[in-house]
Amino acid sequence: MTSAAGTLPDNIVYFVRALRRAGVPVGTAQILEALRAVSVVGFTNRLDFHTTLRAMIVTRAEHLLVFDQVFTMFWRDPEFLENMITNLLPVITAPPVDPLMEPARTRAAEAMASGGGKPRCAPQQEQLEIDAQFSHSDVEKLSEKDFDAMTAVEIYAAETAIRTMGLNLPKVPGRRYSLAANAVQIDRRRALQGARRSGGEMILLPKRRAKPRRLNLVVLCDISGSMTSYSRMMMHFVHSVAQFQGQSWAAVHGFTFGTRLHNISPLLTIKDPDAALRAIGSHVRDWEGGTRIASSLGDFNMHWARRVLSTPSVVLLITDGLEREGIAKLESEMARMALQTRELIWLNPLLRWEQFSPQAAGIRAMLPYVSSFVACHNLDSLQELSDSLRNGLHADHKKRLIGMLK
Amino acid sequence: MQQLPKSIDKTSELLASEGYVADRSLATLTYLSLTLNRPIFLEGEAGVGKTELAKVIAKGLGRDLIRLQCYEGLDTSTSVYEWNFAAQMLAMRNGVGEADIYDEKYLIKRALLKAVEPHASGPPVLLIDEIDRTDAPFEAFLLEALSDFQVTVPELGIIKAQEPPIVILTSNRTREVHDALKRRCLYHWVDYPDFDREMKILTARVPEAKQALSLEVVAFIQKLREEDLFKRPGLAETLDWAKCLIALDVVALSPDVITDTIGAVLKYQDDIAKITGGAATRILDQIKQDMQALK
Repeated sequence: MTSAAGTLPDNIVYFVRALRRAGVPVGTAQILEALRAVSVVGFTNRLDFHTTLRAMIVTRAEHLLVFDQVFTMFWRDPEFLENMITNLLPVITAPPVDPLMEPARTRAAEAMASGGGKPRCAPQQEQLEIDAQFSHSDVEKLSEKDFDAMTAVEIYAAETAIRTMGLNLPKVPGRRYSLAANAVQIDRRRALQGARRSGGEMILLPKRRAKPRRLNLVVLCDISGSMTSYSRMMMHFVHSVAQFQGQSWAAVHGFTFGTRLHNISPLLTIKDPDAALRAIGSHVRDWEGGTRIASSLGDFNMHWARRVLSTPSVVLLITDGLEREGIAKLESEMARMALQTRELIWLNPLLRWEQFSPQAAGIRAMLPYVSSFVACHNLDSLQELSDSLRNGLHADHKKRLIGMLK
Repeated sequence: MQQLPKSIDKTSELLASEGYVADRSLATLTYLSLTLNRPIFLEGEAGVGKTELAKVIAKGLGRDLIRLQCYEGLDTSTSVYEWNFAAQMLAMRNGVGEADIYDEKYLIKRALLKAVEPHASGPPVLLIDEIDRTDAPFEAFLLEALSDFQVTVPELGIIKAQEPPIVILTSNRTREVHDALKRRCLYHWVDYPDFDREMKILTARVPEAKQALSLEVVAFIQKLREEDLFKRPGLAETLDWAKCLIALDVVALSPDVITDTIGAVLKYQDDIAKITGGAATRILDQIKQDMQALK
């Protein structure tokens, strides 16, 4: 090693800090391990050094690119080790956000805040008043009101109501077992174990039953222009459902799509709904733009379905289904997705009209592949969805609409 | 007991001697894993040689290979140990006392227990295959097993590995494995090999293939991976296909041959329809042109 070996650990620590700023989580134990690894491999070959650090620090495929970029930026200067401190500081103090991206980020965040933003800026006193104003009967009135027709204050109240809402799902039998007195299946292993205690005589026959297993939930939410009035509310709904995780879901995966598909699952773990929505707003770049359902679903099937649908799951597809191009592709993508899910539930706000009939080509293409077709335009319909999932009875419009198609 | 390789180059050589052509970063990782006693976590598409690495390391170092195939519901009795209750009961009826019933001869050892036991040929290679197929509880259990390399049998006490085994975990990424488990491992994403490496692998693994045919097969597969396919063919498919073509005494690729044997390469009906419906001829023409240009 060179004489700079003494500063190498420091450099690695600074490098990790830069990485953390770029959004790669690295634990202290990993740094120690990385230092150990580098001392084993030696600091002679840049490629080896790169691989060593990468192996020690990166744990997810999506971080590889970030790592490579930060690595190139950070270890660019060959004389870096000699004058680390002078060179280093500008690198790590540089803001990680691309200035070009900033307006887009703000725009997206604004898009998220539009409509429901006002009441939150209101002074504390006024908020208290609002809370008092919504007595029980008001909430009831509110629950039937279309999200589209709500005032800013009502939206705020509705968001609050959604926060307490979860989704309940029937559990399915898993591959693990628990003792149950009234089960049918004999737990042979335990019976033998008991016999061992009583000198080889089987006195009791313990029974076992498959432990109920939780299903995964995958939500695909349309955020294109035609969904504007609903997408924010739906995001609140998705967030509240994700926060219920551990009560009725094994894992919740969230995706948004407009012109592109975005995975928002990591952002759904942020506890505070407003912070989570802000984060989603700055992550997703196609709010209220056009819509390309077929290609987004294709993207999902190609890159994500194999990762998130491998365990039994329920898919909620939130979209109005207003797709103009690529109907054939839309149909084949829906067919593929339906094959991989236990239940594919389509939430469509267009069902707010009683006379709704499936005229649009996109809707006609998608309808045959969903297992149920439900409304999502007001609080009542969301509550209904939650209740029906638990009972296995859907407020299902699919049959009626398929009938209309014929 | 065979010595561990002393450098990255030596590791590369060791793998190559068993017919595994590893790129530099995988060799580095293997070297690190052997030196630092850390598990390797290999993630990648099906058929890119993840499981093979474990087999090759075991063979190259002359160690035992212990394989634990994961599935949902894997638990202690199927992965660590189980008492042979039936044998114990018979023994009791034959008058064996309670104190002697918990003897090692009534213990059925499963993969993880076997891995921490002393082996004549040195610490074994433990392959935990397709970890994404198991569920979160088993992952949580592995956290402990992998950090201390010890297992507890309440009736016998703690069994700790004198020397930790070489652990290799693989995942097809059909599910995200928890970060806590990944953190304890050296992570490597196994990608599809590039042309040169795939050629080397094919020569090493299917030596009976003629050079001209191998070139065509690898070029075709490489081009195929650039197509918009639902499942791109892995390395295993390349080797399979080459073997199929040899069995059929094919000397050069032609659209007909491809149509007849494409089932060895593509496993989705949509993909097959896409390729046999014209794309095969286009790709074939393209690689012929490329080869002409090279000459």
